[in-house]
Parts: sequence; C-alpha cells; structure tokens
Amino acid sequence: MSVMHGAILLPILISLFIPLLAKRLPNIHTGWFVLVVPVLLVSYFSRFLPGTMSGKTFTARMPWIPSLGIDFVTYLDGLGLLFALLITGIGTLVVLYSIFYLDAKKEALGTFYVYLLMFMTAMLGVVLSDNMIVLYLFWELTSISSFLLIAYWYERERSRYGAQKSMLITVFGGLAMLGGIAILSTLSGSFSIRETYASLESIQGESFFTVAVVLFLLAAFTKSAQFPFHIWLPDAMEAPTPVSAYLHSATMVKAGLYLVARFSPIFAGESLWFYLVSSVGIFTLFWGSLNAVKQHDLKGILAYSTISQLGLIMSLLGLGAAALHVDALDDGLYTIATVAAIFHLINHATFKGSLFMMAGIVDHETGTRDIRKLGGLAQLMPISMTIAMIGTLSMAGIPPFNGFLSKEMFLTGVLQVSGSDLFHLPSYGWIIPVLAVVGSIFTFVYSLLIVRKTFFGKRQDDQLPKTPHEAPIGMLIPPLVLVSLVVIIGLFPNILSNTLIRPAVEAILPQVVDAGGKIDVHISMWHGFNTELFLTLVIISAGIILYKTLPRWQSLYHRMPRDVSLNHQYDALLRHGEQTSTRIHDTVMTGYMRSYLVYIFGFVVILILTALYGFDAFRFAVDPISSIHAYEIILALVLVSSALSITFARSRLTSIILLGVTGYTVALFFVLFRAPDLALTQLVIETVSVALFLLVFYRLPEISRKEERIPFKLGNALISALVGLTVTLVALASLSQRSFASIAKYYIDNVADLAAGGNMVNVILVDFRGFDTLFEIAVLALAGIGIYTMIKFRRTGGIDK
Amino acid sequence: MKKQAKKHTNDVILESATSFITFIIFLFAVYLFFAGHYTPGGGFIGGLVTASALVLILLAYDIKTLRRILPFDYKWITALGMLIAVLTASGALVFNVPFFTHAHDYFNLPLFGKTSLHTAMLFDLGVYLVVVGVTMTIIQTIGESD
Repeated sequence: MSVMHGAILLPILISLFIPLLAKRLPNIHTGWFVLVVPVLLVSYFSRFLPGTMSGKTFTARMPWIPSLGIDFVTYLDGLGLLFALLITGIGTLVVLYSIFYLDAKKEALGTFYVYLLMFMTAMLGVVLSDNMIVLYLFWELTSISSFLLIAYWYERERSRYGAQKSMLITVFGGLAMLGGIAILSTLSGSFSIRETYASLESIQGESFFTVAVVLFLLAAFTKSAQFPFHIWLPDAMEAPTPVSAYLHSATMVKAGLYLVARFSPIFAGESLWFYLVSSVGIFTLFWGSLNAVKQHDLKGILAYSTISQLGLIMSLLGLGAAALHVDALDDGLYTIATVAAIFHLINHATFKGSLFMMAGIVDHETGTRDIRKLGGLAQLMPISMTIAMIGTLSMAGIPPFNGFLSKEMFLTGVLQVSGSDLFHLPSYGWIIPVLAVVGSIFTFVYSLLIVRKTFFGKRQDDQLPKTPHEAPIGMLIPPLVLVSLVVIIGLFPNILSNTLIRPAVEAILPQVVDAGGKIDVHISMWHGFNTELFLTLVIISAGIILYKTLPRWQSLYHRMPRDVSLNHQYDALLRHGEQTSTRIHDTVMTGYMRSYLVYIFGFVVILILTALYGFDAFRFAVDPISSIHAYEIILALVLVSSALSITFARSRLTSIILLGVTGYTVALFFVLFRAPDLALTQLVIETVSVALFLLVFYRLPEISRKEERIPFKLGNALISALVGLTVTLVALASLSQRSFASIAKYYIDNVADLAAGGNMVNVILVDFRGFDTLFEIAVLALAGIGIYTMIKFRRTGGIDK
Repeated sequence: MKKQAKKHTNDVILESATSFITFIIFLFAVYLFFAGHYTPGGGFIGGLVTASALVLILLAYDIKTLRRILPFDYKWITALGMLIAVLTASGALVFNVPFFTHAHDYFNLPLFGKTSLHTAMLFDLGVYLVVVGVTMTIIQTIGESD
C-alpha cells in the first residue's frame, strides 16, 4: 500500500460517505464535497510531471493474491500520467459542471456521485495498473459504472436500452481481453505488462500470440467505439450530459486507446496489429464523420464525432507501429504518427469535453437538443456560442486552434506511412489518405452544422419548451477552461511537447528509445507549403461546398436501406438470439417425461456403444462361463415370457400379476444360485410391492381403468432394444475380461475369526460394511416418513385450513 | 374417491386362526432375527416377517384392534431403530477405535450357557426396528387414508 494506491482508491473510498452527506446535508449540493477529490488527485498527479519528463517511472506494489502472481502493482510512466491527468483534470471540471447542471432537489445526487467516483477509481486503476488481472478488474469496473451512469434516469426506456447495449458490447470486449490476458500470461509466465515486454523475444513467434493480438484488439475496439462496435456510443447519450462529457468523450472511450498504446510495445511487431489498428481506425474515422452529418440531436452529432475522432487516434496509433519496422530511426519520420496520436488525444479531450458541456447548456436553457428546433441563439447565449465556435473550429482543424495542428500531423503521419514500402503498402496504401481526407471533409461539415444550426439562422422560440437565456456562470466555467486550453495549446503547442507528449510517446515506443532513436517532439504552427497544407485547403473548400449544398444531398442518407444498418443488425441479433433459444428450449424441453427418458437412454446407448467400439472393448470369452443346467433354462424361459407378456398385456391388473411372477422367479433364481438371504427378502418384498401396486390400481380413477394395450411406437421399441443390447454387450464384455481376482476370499477366511459369525451375507451387512446398511435403513426411514407426510398432509394442498 | 365401507363380516375361522398363527409367525421372525449371524436371516428379513404378522392381525380384525393390542406409534419405532443403530456404530468411538468397530466375546449366561454376544446384534436390532416401523407406518398410513 502506497500513496499511489491510496490515490487510485480514494474516489471509491470517499464514495462510501457520499450518500450520507447527500442525506444529512441536503441544503448543500453534494457535488461540492465531491469536487475536493479530483482537485486533490490532480495536484497529486501533477507532482510526478518532472519525474516522467526525465524518463523516470514510479511503481508500488500491494500484495493481493501473491500465490497466483496477482498483485496490485501500480506503474506510472509518461503514458499513465497523461491519462491520470486527463481523468482527474476533466473530472474536476465535470464535477463542477454537474453541480450546476443537476438540480439538488429533483435528482438523486448521492447515487450520481457514487457512480461517478466509482468510475474515477476504475479509470485511474486501468491506466495505472501493471498487473493485467488488476487492469482487467478495473476495466470491468469502468463498464459497470458506465452502465450505471447511462441508466441514471432509469425510468426512461431509452436510457435502459442504451445502458444494456453498452454493457453487452463493452463486456463482450472485456471478456475477450481476459482471454487475451490468459494467453499472454501463459506464454510469458507473468501477469505483469513490463515483464511480458521483457520476455517478448521468446513469445513473439508463438502461434497463439496472434490470437492474443485479436482478443486484445476486440477489447480496445469495443471500449473505444470502433467500427463495427461503435453503435453503443450514440445510445449512451441518454446519460446526463456531464456523464457524456466525462465518460463518452474524454475518458472511458479512451481506455481502448490506452490499451492499444500500452500494449503497443508488446504487439506492435505483429503486422496483423498494424493492419487491424490502422484500417479499423481509419474506417471508423470515415464512417463516424459520415454518419454524424445525418444526426439531428446535438449529442448525437457529438457522439458520432467522438467515434470518428477516436478512429483517427486509433489509426494513428496503428500507423505509429510502422516505426518499429524501419531501420531509419534517426529521422523520426514514423514516430510522428504516435506523437500525433497523443497530441490529438489531448486535444480531443479538451474540445470534445467543452462541446458536450455546451450541448448540455443548450439543452438545459432551451429544453431541447434537436438542431431542427434550435437556431439564432447567438445573441442570447454569446458565451456558449464562443465556446461552441472554438470547440468546433478546433474539431474541424482550422488554425489557430489545436485541432489544426494535430490534423496536420495526422495527415503527415498518414502520408508518411502510406507512402512507405512497408507491408506491401504501395499496392493499396492510397486508400488510407483518401479515407482520411474524406473523413476530414465530413468532420468539417458537421462542425459547421453544430454551430450554424444552433446559434445562427432564424430563431424559433415557439418550438422551444423554455425561453432561452445564458447559462449561470458556474456552468460556463468548465467549458471556458477547456476552450482556453484549446486556444493556448493551439498557440503554444510546445508547452505540451516535452512535458506530456514525449514521455507518453517514449512509453508507447520503448523499442525506438532502446535502439537509441530520439523522439523529437516539435510542433510548429507553420511548416511551410507542403502536401498537408494543400490537403487542409482541399478539406476546407470541399467542406464549405458540401455544407452549402447540404439540403440537396442529405436525402441520400435515407436511401441507405434500414436493414443493413448496424443498429438494426444488433437488434436483430438480440431478437434472433432470444427467439432461437426459446425455440430450441421449446423443442427440447417438451415437459413430457417420456421425451427426457428418450434423451437419457439415447445418450446412454450412444456413449456406451461408441466407447465400446472406440476402445475396442468388446470381448466374448467362453471360459468364465459355468455349465448351464435345465432348471436355469426353465426359470429363464418363465422370466422372459412373463417380462415379454408385461409389454403386451391388455390390462394393468395383468401387468401387476406378471410383475409379481417375474419377482418370484427372480427369488427362485436366488435359491438356485444359493443366496438364501436374498431369496427370503425378495419373496417378502415382492409380496409387499405387489400388494402396494394393487392398492394403487384400485385407487385409479374409473376413466383410466379401461383396458388398453401399450401403444406401439417404433422409436421407443428401437431405443429399448438398443438399451437392452447395450447392457447385454457391456455385461458380456465385462464378464469376459476380469482384471483382478475377487476380494471375496478375505471375507470367507475371516468371517468366523474377526466377526464371530457364520452367515457371511449378514456379517458383511452389519459388520464389514455396516456403514452402507446404516444409510440404507435411513433411506427406508425417510421413505416411510415421506409416505406418511404425503398422505397425511395432502388434503391441505399447501393451503392452511 | 369411493369410501370403502367398514366390513362387518363373520370371519370366525380367520380370526381364530390368526390368533395363534400370529404367534408362530412372530416366533419365526424372532428366530430369523437371532439366527441371522450364523444362518440365513437377520434384522431385515426378521423385521419384514414381524410386520407380516402384524398385517395378518390387521387383515383379520381392523386397524383399531391392532392399535389396541399394540399401542405403538410406528414412527417412533423407526426413530428408535435409527437411534440404536447410530449409537451402536458410534459407541466404538468411546473406546477409541474407528466408527463402526464391533466387539464380541463369549459369556457364560444363566439359562443359555456359553453364548457369544456381539454388538453387531445391537445394530441388527436397530435394523429390525426400522424395518418394522417403516413397513407398519406405510401400511397403516395407506390403510387409514381413504
């Protein structure tokens, strides 16, 4: 246990007291108490900045399950610190924002902040854990707390739907990661990420290694809403806006990016990793921006925009893997993709957080988020408009904001890698820049859409549920802080380059550092006339043209058939899954005992016959067979004929009598085979049971006493014949191959000396193996009491008289 | 369900035959029980035969008569039998030997002369009582219900 463990667990520990505070001090907004936590944490984590800048890392160990190699090991390096600062920093702003956003009177604040603090711990745990099992633990905790937060207004149907969808998809990915962890730790013999990296040489060639790659990527793609798993994110917008701003733009959706970045040192050597990460990322960028344009809901646009931007960062992380495959380390051309990824990750957190908060303000002050109803709010809400302008322009990649810089670097990275001769890229590498540019054009279009439709154009006051006015100052401070960061980073990008970006990039690409390559992060606003600038101009002009002609081509979206949409597919999958399982269940579980008996006997026959055949176990030896006498043949004939007659008997009474015949014949067999105790018992028991059968027979209702034959069914006949055959074969085979001598000799020798008896059967029953008898009489006693209770208490029928 | 009418028949022969056959059956049961350790028999079969003697009384007379002759609750007899069996088995623990270790020795008893006594007989007594108790519980319960 160290201070860092305390820092990670602080939010969840504080959350224990939150309901108490919410209940005891209802006059003070609970958020003010909560605010202390992220403020403390952000100042604590900032103290590590000088350390990580000089390349130091900080670890602490807390034993959890040492015998299994599972310990809560924290590991803080540049990457972890960057995320920790994002989580705590944006967490501070979001808590402040939520104080003004959520009404202390109307909302269950205690619940909200407990979930939020739980999420904060989970997220810090994800980014600061070195042990993969602990990482997985916190990973699932983010899924659970996110689920709880999305369904915060649980009385709304859409909230529950969104929460369930995100839960199913992210937990699916989480379980895939657990599989990946299992493979990776089996290969490397350790759950530690650093130790796995250290033993990379020996495990890289293993065949299961690529399976682990795919499993880890499934986790990253589902969490970070990459195509085709992005569908949960737009539905998660039913959450309160502070949650959307925090979880679904700045932190949780970046957990997948973190995972990719954290495991890049281990997996990036695989070409599969490079292909999957970069292609899925670039397609998500394209697809997300394409779909954002057709949304009407402000948060819906922002959700698709988040998907698209996450795709951008993901693709950059994938392209950055190319840096490991080239010899020319010193020019740093390939590391630029990773630098751009980290830079854009920071930028996205700033502008997307502010945009979500702006959307929340608009929603809060006008009562709607539908851009068809909004318009002309510029004069009424000038500060919100400023926030929205800066945020969207940065998102669209317009100078002088930070989005411009990272977009330029993105284009550089894309051009560098697709132009290289790695992985046979030249043949179809041109797709990457094309998708990137198209995606960026659409990004530009929806960015314009947000600002123009919300703040400009005609005012439609009659459409709005509330009279719009500017938000209270407390609600404006957090987004203002974020947009000022957007501007500051945009103007002075190099304040980040050595403090946050370089340590993070070094953590992602340790191979480059180890090989002596220098990661030089220098971001300049102006890098001369080059292809990237030209592309930016193309993006801006194409975007403006597309926006102007938007009404003409927007109907194209409706041309897309509904059936192929991923949401439709997801719903159909759930529905079909349910229907199919119901159908299978209804078919198999008929509720009739006879079908279950058919299954049981069928499986017995199949299993035993297959085993007999497969192990070549069938034998038939003649020597253990003793000679057969006439008595035995006669008795066997009686037995067989009575048994056969039972099946063909017309009346039940006949069956009962015939059953008695078989029982007495068996008793005669016991006599014949010299078992007097058995014969005695069999006789008496047979008499008693026949008497009981008769008793039951005379109590049958009149209607079922009518005489009828057992109806013939081929299936039943077949199965019973097969069961008979199987049992016979097993009996013959086991008789023909005895492996050991019987232990009966011991009993015969010792019955008089040890047990002072002469009747060996009885001595075995009460002395040698009396334990069995003890429980057999217990069975009898239970049966007697059972019959007594069934008959005595049946009339009440479970109802007290 | 049809209520079975109480029989008021004049079964003199059956009743008088029962009154002494019962004792013979009962003696046979006792014989089987005691002989069990050396010859065929034992607690289980002895118990069943005892129960059949009681069933004979039941057939010749009726349940009330049987209850007057033998005023037992057979559920308690079952419980008593279980108790004797378990105590016999666990009695071994008192002498620091494993559960269910039987002891036997030869004694010179008055009237019987040299006789072997065996704790297995006690256990068998438990079996005997359980079998009688269970059989009679079942038959009485079913017989009484209508």
